Amino acid sequence: MSTRGTGLWRWVPIAPATALLLLFLAGPIGYCVWIAFTNTQLTGASGSDFVGLDNFRRAFADGDFRNAVRLTLVFTFVSAVLGQNTLGLALAGLMRAASRPVRTVTGTLVITAWVLPEIVAAFLLYTFFRREGTLNAVLDWLHLPSQNWLFTLPILAVSFANVWRGTAFSMLIYSAALAEIPRDITEAAEVDGASGPRRVWHITLPMIRRSIGTNLMLNTLSTLSVFGLIWAMTRGGPGNRSQTLPVFMYDQAFLKSLIGYGTAVALLLLLVGSLFSIVYLRLMKVEV
Amino acid sequence: MRRTTRARLAANAALLLTAAAFALPLLWLLLASVNAEADLRVRAPSSFTADNFDAVLTDEITFTPMLNSLLLCGGATLLTVVCAALAAYPLSRHHSRFNRPYLLTILFTTCLPITAVMVPVYGLFVQVNLIDTMYGTGLFLATSQLPFSIWLMKNFMDGVPMVLEEAAWTDGASNLQTLTRVVLPLMGPGLTVVTIYTFIQLWGNFFVPFMLILSPEQMPASVSIFTFFGNYGSVIYGQLAAFSILYSAPVLVLYVLIARRLGGGFALGGAVKG
Repeated sequence: MSTRGTGLWRWVPIAPATALLLLFLAGPIGYCVWIAFTNTQLTGASGSDFVGLDNFRRAFADGDFRNAVRLTLVFTFVSAVLGQNTLGLALAGLMRAASRPVRTVTGTLVITAWVLPEIVAAFLLYTFFRREGTLNAVLDWLHLPSQNWLFTLPILAVSFANVWRGTAFSMLIYSAALAEIPRDITEAAEVDGASGPRRVWHITLPMIRRSIGTNLMLNTLSTLSVFGLIWAMTRGGPGNRSQTLPVFMYDQAFLKSLIGYGTAVALLLLLVGSLFSIVYLRLMKVEV
Repeated sequence: MRRTTRARLAANAALLLTAAAFALPLLWLLLASVNAEADLRVRAPSSFTADNFDAVLTDEITFTPMLNSLLLCGGATLLTVVCAALAAYPLSRHHSRFNRPYLLTILFTTCLPITAVMVPVYGLFVQVNLIDTMYGTGLFLATSQLPFSIWLMKNFMDGVPMVLEEAAWTDGASNLQTLTRVVLPLMGPGLTVVTIYTFIQLWGNFFVPFMLILSPEQMPASVSIFTFFGNYGSVIYGQLAAFSILYSAPVLVLYVLIARRLGGGFALGGAVKG
């Protein structure tokens, strides 16, 4: 029986995972906290001095940083909250009323967009939105005005790209949530004469509100860290008109060699992410 | 009855419209890959050709980057799954005050924007000489997937009843033997899901190798795809499409293999039980 292990020995198997997490995740996060308070640069012999809150003060005074914050808010709100979340819910709801082949075709296409590697998705949407691309071809065909989307509305183009890529997740979450609503409840409401929209507003939405919260939180968190999609489509440009925080962070830390400043931005991003995570955990009231 | 028919028609129409919008970029990918004169918009090729595939199926363009991806992601997946299985075992089997905070931390970590730590990770990797190494990058990739894999693995393991393990313990089996001979075989499908899901996530990861791997001969496919824009004066879109298909194929196939298990609500599996 002694081989079964008692006390601390039982916990040995957890050691490799914990070591990796401490070394490669907690380590960099801790390092992040330190670097953010220094003036470390990638090149030059300036070394790294402790500069206190300078990087943060500088960030809040920096017009480019404020621009990145604003664009991140737009990107997150348009693509995660309005786009992925609403479209995902609509698709999940419509699928319950649609016929089977339509459901299969739509589901397959939406999920394929989600499973494709990020960079491939980015190229596909890049060709789609280019001046010579498919979107303008469709608009021409419909006799609607076309334009150079990646130049005139870059942040909206990347937001739509993110909707294309990420909606499947919401669709899956909401499909599962809607499937769990007991049929007799909606039937009873129907018998009582409640119209379609009223049933959705007064019965369906309140019953899936926890899924809505969870989904909004996870969408927001994954959208906050989108880098490859935007980088491949616009590099944050033209100018800085699609430069969200991750792209700004990369630009400052590597292209402008200001590691300390870039890391301060990263730390702010981590803080926002942590806040969302904590709210998410509380909202879920995780049973562990 | 009439009303439900009309509702069905309306739902079908709305879904088909959405499906068309989702299909257009994918259609471009398929058509451009077999078109000798592919450009940026969806159009049927005047004649079908395999030239684009022929042109990219070389060591330099396809085989080396794909092999790099396979080594990098395969190695990282193996490490993640082994560590996650080991870690999940005590978390699932032994009850202690320590479980809850540990699991909450894990779940908290799965939500963090990993993108944000790439700058310090780069700095750290330069200092400890792990920069531009496959194993260093693999270690970080494995760690980035670890929290979610542990969480998923623990939930699958909770579904395996303890009766058989107790029998094994009475026969004198050690913890490790019980895990590898009794528990893991019993949760085979769950183990497959965790493995394939981890691999899919890592295969598509762009930012981590983009930052940590510098030499072209070590680039995985997710990063090497940029050479289509760099090396040639003008982008050969047909070849870019052909390469994109080759690079995406493994994850699409693997996803189909586990799709039924992932089912509706899986998406983020146990993490979204709420």
